[in-house]
Amino acid sequence: MASLLSIQDLHARVAGKDILKGINLEVGAGEVHAIMGPNGSGKSTLAGVLAGRETYEVTKGSVRFDGKDLLGTPPEERAKAGVFLGFQYPVEIPGVGNLHFLRTALNAQRRAKGEEELDAMDFLSLAKEKAKLVQLDAAFMSRSVNEGFSGGEKKRNEIFQMAVLQPRLALLDETDSGLDIDALRIVAGGVNALRSKDRAMVVITHYQRLLDYIVPDRVHVMAAGRIVRSGGRELALELEEKGYGWIGAEGAGKAKEARP
Amino acid sequence: MSTTETLQELTRKGYQAGFVTQVEADTLPPGLDEDVIRVLSAKKNEPAFMLEWRLKAYRHWLTLKEPSWQAVKYHPIDYQAIRYYSAPKQKPKKDSLSEVDPEILRTYEKLGIPLEEQKRLQNVAVDAVFDSVSVATTFREKLYKAGVIFCSFSEAVREHPELVERYLGTVVPFSDNFFAALNSAVFSDGSFCYVPKGVKCPMELSTYFRINAADTGQFERTLLIADEGASVSYLEGCTAPMRDTNQLHAAVVELVALDGASIKYSTVQNWYPGDAEGKGGIYNFVTKRGIAHQRAKISWTQVETGSAITWKYPSVILKGDDSVGEFYSVALTNHRQQADTGTKMVHIGKNTRSTIVSKGISAGRGQNTYRGLVKVLKSAANARNYTQCDSLLLGDECGAHTLPYIEVKNATAQVEHEASTSKIGEDQLFYCRQRGISQEDAVSMIVNGFCRQVFKELPMEFAVEAQKLLGVSLEGSVG
Repeated sequence: MASLLSIQDLHARVAGKDILKGINLEVGAGEVHAIMGPNGSGKSTLAGVLAGRETYEVTKGSVRFDGKDLLGTPPEERAKAGVFLGFQYPVEIPGVGNLHFLRTALNAQRRAKGEEELDAMDFLSLAKEKAKLVQLDAAFMSRSVNEGFSGGEKKRNEIFQMAVLQPRLALLDETDSGLDIDALRIVAGGVNALRSKDRAMVVITHYQRLLDYIVPDRVHVMAAGRIVRSGGRELALELEEKGYGWIGAEGAGKAKEARP
Repeated sequence: MSTTETLQELTRKGYQAGFVTQVEADTLPPGLDEDVIRVLSAKKNEPAFMLEWRLKAYRHWLTLKEPSWQAVKYHPIDYQAIRYYSAPKQKPKKDSLSEVDPEILRTYEKLGIPLEEQKRLQNVAVDAVFDSVSVATTFREKLYKAGVIFCSFSEAVREHPELVERYLGTVVPFSDNFFAALNSAVFSDGSFCYVPKGVKCPMELSTYFRINAADTGQFERTLLIADEGASVSYLEGCTAPMRDTNQLHAAVVELVALDGASIKYSTVQNWYPGDAEGKGGIYNFVTKRGIAHQRAKISWTQVETGSAITWKYPSVILKGDDSVGEFYSVALTNHRQQADTGTKMVHIGKNTRSTIVSKGISAGRGQNTYRGLVKVLKSAANARNYTQCDSLLLGDECGAHTLPYIEVKNATAQVEHEASTSKIGEDQLFYCRQRGISQEDAVSMIVNGFCRQVFKELPMEFAVEAQKLLGVSLEGSVG
């Protein structure tokens, strides 16, 4: 079966600086892949490029999602096709109600699929049900999008949105950063509940500890804009033991070669 | 699509109230002198006190200089090139709508303000002002039964001269400022409302102002009196055709809230703002002020999206003890629009309280200035003020300025001021779009969120209107 997400020789730059220098990655439906790597290795840039952030410029390579070219489409079209990005730093939107925001998003996606829009009542019951997944209470839902949320609440909100939007590809960008152990358990529990045979997930993390809770099918290690190692779950444990210095030298060496 | 493109896309929606109505008009030639004022007053069959007042105002105006302290730029106005009176020709007095020129009725219909009985907004009485005169006032019967007088200003001068004479100029005297003096001399019509003691006005009152004729100034005057313990909610809306010359709108609004009365005054201003290059548009130079007696409350809510230049400071004189003043404002400037707007809260009585919430949105090359004065007099023990001024910038060529003036003469006063400036970030837009929301919807969602505190003060149906208007007015911005 063809991969749901297929990345080939992807190069991208941000503000004139080359960040991704030839990424190759295949993720099949039902799989959970973890991408690890030190700060500045290009993990978040990869997530941003896949979601369509316009400040990132793709200079080479291709990305196919469900057999179709992904790179030529604007972010909202990618979202409607089922690409979800769980943000490392969820953005605050003052004055815009959390539920209003999410219903607008869901209905935009439903319209794109030719489905009927959900009215406020139906949406509310859906939201209530999904909120349980990450233990969010009703008061939280009536607040403005991410405004005044703690770090943990913001991340739970991301997973809550994912649960409502039911994407086919979830890119979770350092969802574990800034979480204490209880929040981490809640978030991981939400993610695990959303694993399904139709859905692919790419979990980006700096630390191995998230992978104690979300057990990946594959682990990739990025350094200097490339995937330098791929393996099973044991690769993450090996990394934990030896640190990024272990692959750092190797990765940096390769990156140097790649320069013109 | 980039932010720039989407905002430009929104431009093309353009100004939707910019058509011209063909009606025969009774118009005075351009120019202003005492004879013009005499003719104008005679055409309206005004009592002698009214003409006297106009002439005094005119003579005073001649001694004044146009103000130049405000942060707006425009070519000098030639006051002799303006027509001071333009009225659609019609029978002298309309007893029913069938006597109003059907072209005018159609104009209001096109603007979404049907005046015909069966189509009227539920529970909103409308006074429609077309160029210089009031053409129709709806729901008069029902209001009359409640004791509420709601009619055109001209009619009030004829039928309730004692009320007009008693209150006219008591809040904004003709000597107040250059434009108020000009208005006092030449005002042609406007709305008048009196709510008697203890009466809660049974419906929303509304005046809809329309400038139609070219080179005409609109100088209307609104006088609203809420007697002791009375309450009323009042809304005004404004539009004008698109013309490439500037037109002057110099109105005066006076509110009198007697002991224990409450007045809520909301404005949705959508005068023609001029084109993208700043050609044409209305100069909106308006003086609005209310006086609150003991325990009275005056609340101004304004949504200002139109006009080439907006210069207005709806104010409250908190004269009585325990009186309350509020000012909630959204001002949007796009293209080359300029706004210098804010409020004055003058605390005179004890335990007086005021709240100011100002939201300025600048886009394109628009310039937006908040200018506000909080003045606490020696007599105002325990006065309190809370001021919040937020500015939102869309793009790099616009400007936002905040100029709060605070004068406190009583040490027991508490005055708080908060201000913020933010930009609609790529981050916010990307976040929305990543969830499937189009850029256009995202911009309007973010801007509406920014204004929510003010919109929630508007009567329900107008809050919806204001949100739509904001969407349309967010024309091509980030350059």
